[in-house]
Amino acid sequence: MIAFSNLIQQLDSTNKTNDKVQALCAYFQNTPHQDTLWTIALLSHRRPSRPITTTLMREWAAEVAGLPLWLFEESYHIVGDLAETIALVVPESQIQHKDPPALSDIMEEIIALKGQQEATKKKYIIDQWQSLNALQRFTFNKLLTGGFRIGISQKLMTRALAQALDMEENHIAHRLMGQWTPQTTTFDQLLRNPNPEDLLSKPYPFCLAHALQEAPQKLGNTTDWIVENKWDGMRGQLIIRKNKWYCWSRGEELISDKFPEFEAFLSLPDGTVLDGEILPFKNGKIQNFALLQKRIGRKNISAKLLKDAPVIFMIYDLLEWQGTDLRGQPTRQRRELLEEMFAQYKNSALPWQLSQALPSTSWEAITVERQKATEKHSEGLMLKKASAPYGVGRKKGDWWKWKSDPLTIDAVLTYAMRGHGRRTNLYTDYTFGLWQGDVLVTFAKAYSGLTDEEFRKVDAFVKKNTQDRFGPVRQVTPQLVFEIAFEGIAPSTRHKSGVAVRFPRILRWRHDKKIEDANTVDDLKALLVP
Amino acid sequence: MEFTSKGIYCRLADVYLDPWRPVKKALISHGHADHARWGHQNYITQQDNVPILKHRLGAISITGVPYGATFVINNVKFSFHPSGHVLGAAQIRVEHLGEVWVFTGDFKIKSDGITPPFEPVRCHTFITECTFGIPVFNWPNPQHVHDQINQWWATNKNQRKTSLLIGYSLGKAQRLLHYLDPNIGTIYTHNAVGKMSQVMEDKIKFPKYSILTPETTKKDLAGCLVLAPPAAAEGAWLKKLGPYSSGFASGWMLTRGARRRRAIDQSFVLSDHADWPGLLAAVEATQCQNVITTHGYTDIFAQYLREKGWNARTEKTDYEGEVLETDKETAL
Repeated sequence: MIAFSNLIQQLDSTNKTNDKVQALCAYFQNTPHQDTLWTIALLSHRRPSRPITTTLMREWAAEVAGLPLWLFEESYHIVGDLAETIALVVPESQIQHKDPPALSDIMEEIIALKGQQEATKKKYIIDQWQSLNALQRFTFNKLLTGGFRIGISQKLMTRALAQALDMEENHIAHRLMGQWTPQTTTFDQLLRNPNPEDLLSKPYPFCLAHALQEAPQKLGNTTDWIVENKWDGMRGQLIIRKNKWYCWSRGEELISDKFPEFEAFLSLPDGTVLDGEILPFKNGKIQNFALLQKRIGRKNISAKLLKDAPVIFMIYDLLEWQGTDLRGQPTRQRRELLEEMFAQYKNSALPWQLSQALPSTSWEAITVERQKATEKHSEGLMLKKASAPYGVGRKKGDWWKWKSDPLTIDAVLTYAMRGHGRRTNLYTDYTFGLWQGDVLVTFAKAYSGLTDEEFRKVDAFVKKNTQDRFGPVRQVTPQLVFEIAFEGIAPSTRHKSGVAVRFPRILRWRHDKKIEDANTVDDLKALLVP
Repeated sequence: MEFTSKGIYCRLADVYLDPWRPVKKALISHGHADHARWGHQNYITQQDNVPILKHRLGAISITGVPYGATFVINNVKFSFHPSGHVLGAAQIRVEHLGEVWVFTGDFKIKSDGITPPFEPVRCHTFITECTFGIPVFNWPNPQHVHDQINQWWATNKNQRKTSLLIGYSLGKAQRLLHYLDPNIGTIYTHNAVGKMSQVMEDKIKFPKYSILTPETTKKDLAGCLVLAPPAAAEGAWLKKLGPYSSGFASGWMLTRGARRRRAIDQSFVLSDHADWPGLLAAVEATQCQNVITTHGYTDIFAQYLREKGWNARTEKTDYEGEVLETDKETAL
């Protein structure tokens, strides 16, 4: 616990990647295996489920600190982080642990807490708060609530681990995949001597794309690139090995039970691994993403749901074929094999399609394809370097996503909240409205897209033009107009405007527009794709 | 006492306390730019603050009064009492017909060892700052913080790095300077810090330091400590430094969000303002019935006091307290 807290502090106090990797590496080298295992689990989002609600944590913290709950809540909104707020308000105790428990012990205690009486939980948690110092208290709270947000990607952690253990980064990345927990495996089983049976179900690390920022012409010759649509569904990896099949999400969750129709893929030969996108597909056509969300959200997949929201697997890469790992081969060769395989099994009536390579004779031709993307229910294009192997994680330069231009609309700033993390103290979380008659109807919230300088200006505006306060939310005088960009749009009964938009963000501050010039709800509805 | 668009106004005496617009007669609590503004016809302030104001504002008409001495303007009695904030900082006591008001300006409760410590003044109405008026702010022992700073400097020196220590040029910088351990190495100050420190030299003991000049070279600075104000921490002159580690001393550094927003290597929690327990202790000690909060988390602090039985309210002022963003500090 001491070492882990210190590690968190070290990682948190630098934004230099090398320093982070070094700190992690040193930690891994000097930490007992059981704690290392837990650290890997925590930094790769394998946190055990929360034994208590954050509401209870807030109440208990206010009680221990002798504060009215509203004052604790206000403090939390200003600090922007619950674990930290609790760590700061709980008074420093005289009876601190001489020797706080090991990370793995704490984690086991937290897991054992689940299912206990509330009074037992309360006693345990308050005891911990009072016996740890502020830094450890913060860490302990993070262990309870999750999400360290210290700028450690899985890739960085893997790199540090590879250095510490003197192993290949790629091997480590593969072994860390899948659904393990420190309770179901050991350090040696996971990393040093994996059981071949365990490896059977393990997905390969996903290759991820970077957004293309500059002109595509800078990528050089179009013939060096394979161009595909960027499908608007859920990334998946389908594994067929030893007469069993597994479907993994990009978040490394086993999602096979959500998609029972993929069992049909068992007709493919043993040792096949496909990379692709799960898409809602009905009446011979790709459907809106919203339909897929129905499937993802449900625990039980009923026959009716299977009928109402059918899916297909849109394949675009072949990672393993006949038991051979193809990831080291160039993309062009993998694609040839993929197309051959698809042709060979075309008549097997599998719920799949092949993501076609699009004509790429010139950047002009590719640009035309990008414009056609929306009508195909695609978000834009993927550009994959023909000569590159299948990379691990977000390696720059091999895969680019070149999204279609977003939809945009001009909206009025109506409410603001303080931001989180580094933006706490500044009003950076905004709500935007569109006109319906002479009323501004909320249509989206957005947190990103302005420069720090602009955020400071809007923050000053919010503070000077507050009309009303609802807890942490300030209603502001309608005066500022922003151009809001978003990816997708779908009808919704849950939103006041009757429309739900995906990934809304601020494109620019329209200093040139008055609030009367902002768009209407009807303008927004006109953007709906039939 | 009234809150007007120019400042806190005593009509009977026709004077303003820390006005933010030019007025005829201004009583000034301390030397920071948001309290001591330019352009008043007459300044009255605590006597140790006189050289500071002259240094900052140039040729002004100014009168200095010692702590505790009463002066009367049109039957209203005024006096200055230590606020512990920075050198020369005072709470301003105003009495008329037995009714007493105290205006804190800015203050801290715990003595910093270089400023006369905060002195509670009984009053009916307490006009107070509450820059850090939420319960997350509990200051660590300042002696530990000074030790941390010296340790950080020593570590940097071993790595042949320059230590760039950042704090306000008025108050914070002198507090930092006073506690630096000259046995570790050579101390340089940015011009603004050095000049301000010279003004206070007869009141505060400082280790030996030199002011940076255009002739100072990278080589001179290796392993040394450079003390600079926040506004200078982003200037082009940083190129003059070789490899360096930056440290920022402020009460805001207690929270992660604030630490992460500034690209600094090391943060030190050190403030010249009262923390939450300090604010509460100060209000208690005055035995007042009324509290008016002027800057900081004013609404929250006033609401809490109301729940605890005080008649508390908020008035809008132009004071800023301890400012987090560098670009807001008026260059000194």
